[in-house]
Amino acid sequence: MSLTAQDKGTVKAFWAKVVNKAEDIGADALSRMLVVYPQTKTYFAHWKDLNPGSAPVKKHGATVMGGVADAVAKIDDLTTGLLNLSELHAFTFRVDPANFKVLSYNIFVALAIMFPRDFTPEVHVAMDKFLAAVALALSAKYR
Amino acid sequence: MVKWTEEERRIIRGVWEKVDINEVGAQLWARALIVYPWIERYFGNFGDIFTTTAILNNPKLAALGKVVLSALDTAVENMDNFKGIYASLSRQHYENIKVDPDNFRLLAECITITIACKLKAELSPQVQATWQKFLSAVVEAMNSQYK
Repeated sequence: MSLTAQDKGTVKAFWAKVVNKAEDIGADALSRMLVVYPQTKTYFAHWKDLNPGSAPVKKHGATVMGGVADAVAKIDDLTTGLLNLSELHAFTFRVDPANFKVLSYNIFVALAIMFPRDFTPEVHVAMDKFLAAVALALSAKYR
Repeated sequence: MVKWTEEERRIIRGVWEKVDINEVGAQLWARALIVYPWIERYFGNFGDIFTTTAILNNPKLAALGKVVLSALDTAVENMDNFKGIYASLSRQHYENIKVDPDNFRLLAECITITIACKLKAELSPQVQATWQKFLSAVVEAMNSQYK
């Protein structure tokens, strides 16, 4: 399920529409993930406050979406472009890769809520393929 | 059997009463068939199901959407007996239609995202969690006769 030229175009066009709200999207997606999938809280035991909209959640949501923005810019070669992040996830964070799908899904819920008219099925499938490719690049160094 | 608090029952009803079965019934297929096109394998005699426009104007899909959401409506009204409600549907999907049950999970995600477009911020993280607990229990009941 590789990214076609059309997928890349759809992702870039949609990203341009939502980029100004990227931090809000990240905060909302992360807030949802921690509440709806409480097992993900195990990665953030070092945070003071894991509640929706807390300071650490907002900050990390912004960080994650910064990574997504980077990935959009490097969409033609994610494996090379995300090399540093890949090593970080493989050797430092060691996030079980199943969680990439969980976070992606919650990003989609956040997008559906904030951009109900723009997050069409066509945009949804392109973003799903894109975030799956990002997840693959991020787990490239795992083993 | 899944246990529900009074608060959870209230939340689920609150979400469900905002769902227009006709509207959501068509939209959920648009999302499912476009985002997960392998689902097309179960719709060989449904005609044109290959673009959002075709899907939204397809009377067979509209009818099936109503059927699916009516079954969900029955679940909302019978929160303590999902196994009972869904046993024959589960058997039908396994033995007759031969649906890979992973598709139930995918359809549940499409339903939630379609509802998210409608409810927007009303689908708070806690409401989403409760709603997904409900759909997970329905999906589990739909899996129950696959043996």
